[in-house]
Amino acid sequence: MAAPHLDIRSVAHLARLELSADEIERYGAQLDDILRYFEQLKQVDVSGVEPLAHAMPLVNVTRPDAIRPSMPHHEALRNAPVRGHDLFVVPKIVE
Amino acid sequence: MLHRLTLAELSAQLAARACSAREATRACLDQIQRVDGRVGAFLQVDTAGALAQAEAADAALRAGATHATQPLLGVPLALKDIIATRDQPLTCGSRILEDFVSPYDATVVEKLRAAGAVLVGRLNLDEFAMGSSTENSAFQRTRNPWDLERIPGGSSGGTAAAVAAREVPAALGSDTGGSVRQPAAHCGVVGLKPTYGRVSRYGLVAYASSLDQIGCVTRTVGDAARMLGVIAGHDPRDSTSVPETVPDYTAALGGDLKGFKIGLPREYRVPGLHPEVQQAVETAVAKLQELGAEAVEISLPHTQHAVAAYYIIAPAEASANLARFDGVRYGLRVEGADPIEMYKRTRGAGFGAEVKRRILLGTYVLSSGYYDAYYLRAQKVRTLIRRDFLRAFERVDAIVTPTTPGPAFKLGEKASDPLQMYLEDIFTLSCNLAGLCGLSVPCGFTRSPRLPIGLQLLGKPFGEAGLLRIAHAYEQATPWHREQPPLLQD
Repeated sequence: MAAPHLDIRSVAHLARLELSADEIERYGAQLDDILRYFEQLKQVDVSGVEPLAHAMPLVNVTRPDAIRPSMPHHEALRNAPVRGHDLFVVPKIVE
Repeated sequence: MLHRLTLAELSAQLAARACSAREATRACLDQIQRVDGRVGAFLQVDTAGALAQAEAADAALRAGATHATQPLLGVPLALKDIIATRDQPLTCGSRILEDFVSPYDATVVEKLRAAGAVLVGRLNLDEFAMGSSTENSAFQRTRNPWDLERIPGGSSGGTAAAVAAREVPAALGSDTGGSVRQPAAHCGVVGLKPTYGRVSRYGLVAYASSLDQIGCVTRTVGDAARMLGVIAGHDPRDSTSVPETVPDYTAALGGDLKGFKIGLPREYRVPGLHPEVQQAVETAVAKLQELGAEAVEISLPHTQHAVAAYYIIAPAEASANLARFDGVRYGLRVEGADPIEMYKRTRGAGFGAEVKRRILLGTYVLSSGYYDAYYLRAQKVRTLIRRDFLRAFERVDAIVTPTTPGPAFKLGEKASDPLQMYLEDIFTLSCNLAGLCGLSVPCGFTRSPRLPIGLQLLGKPFGEAGLLRIAHAYEQATPWHREQPPLLQD
């Protein structure tokens, strides 16, 4: 069986992370080590076992659909890197 | 010397008007001034804000407010810099949030304020709570008050170090895989991780949402009971918080341990366990038996797979949670030719190495073709781990283990090997995977160098009162919590 290997460039693209050449090399080797460690999970018999996404058996938690105060506009924009006209400013998306 | 008092002692002095909140706050601020240059627990100290809150507490006391309704009235506290506090920084130890100012209070902060607490500042942490040594903070190293060449543990390293160094009597941290209990053990203080759902996560910046829980660090078990009583409870703003009534945790303390059964998991005798840690835990078990508890061996057969399951599930959730840091609505932005380039540059420049590793790992295990082999399988193993514990709790009231495999290590010692660092959490992370409560209480010291050792108690979901009672009985019968780090002797 081939050793597990993570194609770091494509994963970094999926994760929207710019990495330097040095980071690609370093993290690539470290992550392959970690994936090798994960191989042990293949020995566990999980047939018929339900996955657990959450430790508490809470389902479909609802609340009344009541109007409540929300964060004022200027507060929501307070930490924006670039803002204008009471909006978040982003680079142009369509030509 | 007000900063050396425990939370219970200080509340009693404030209630008796033997000291003012201003004096208590001043004493803590002075201690921070004296030692924090060496310890590095605080990222920010809000001197003016703290003194203003203290004066408000003194005014309330003069107007007849009491500690019966406001148990923390005038008590200085500090928070891990990942818990939102209005108009205060919320860096999460990350460059990406270096200049962020929180527009709102977390639910626990509202509760602390309602209880009359004085919030003095922000505590250092591993970036986004990812780490076991606090070395992953983008801003500074925090040092262990028992030995300044060693790490305080993590990720709530600032929280544990500040309490150990008597900078504040209590502080809040967060625990996703041991991040409150492990630093508490390394710093010789008490760390409590409540059951998932016991404390609202509203305003806790998310790392791994199915595992994160806010916890407290204190110098005594009684103080942990007080803190939990204040922060626990259902919150409609966190749909994962559980509508269970909050018992009077301090009323649960006292008495011997007759009728209590403690479980000793045979799988926790791992090869890497430091002999002095093992010795201290065995001595602690003998002490618990002397106090009336019955000890039985139990089995948690899936223990060996917990680290692997955790380091799949937690990074998977982290990769999704941290997608929000994209340079659009808050935090750092590095411009690019188009939005994708902007996201990539922003995240590449803003996140540190461990956060990047976990985002990559999490993205990979969730990606098409690998999801079943890693993420889904890890979630099934999580079911088996939880089942092991629930079965054990049919027979015992608490499970007793070491908190960490060894004492605090030196700064830099494990920094270059992420997998070695992950194995540091071997005894603590099952508690989060299974949704249990857990605490660490001091149980001795290694001989040379003299470093604290922590005893971990794990309890069934919502079993905090029982855990606190066992830990309190143990603490009252042992001298460890009265020891002071050498830093305080000069």
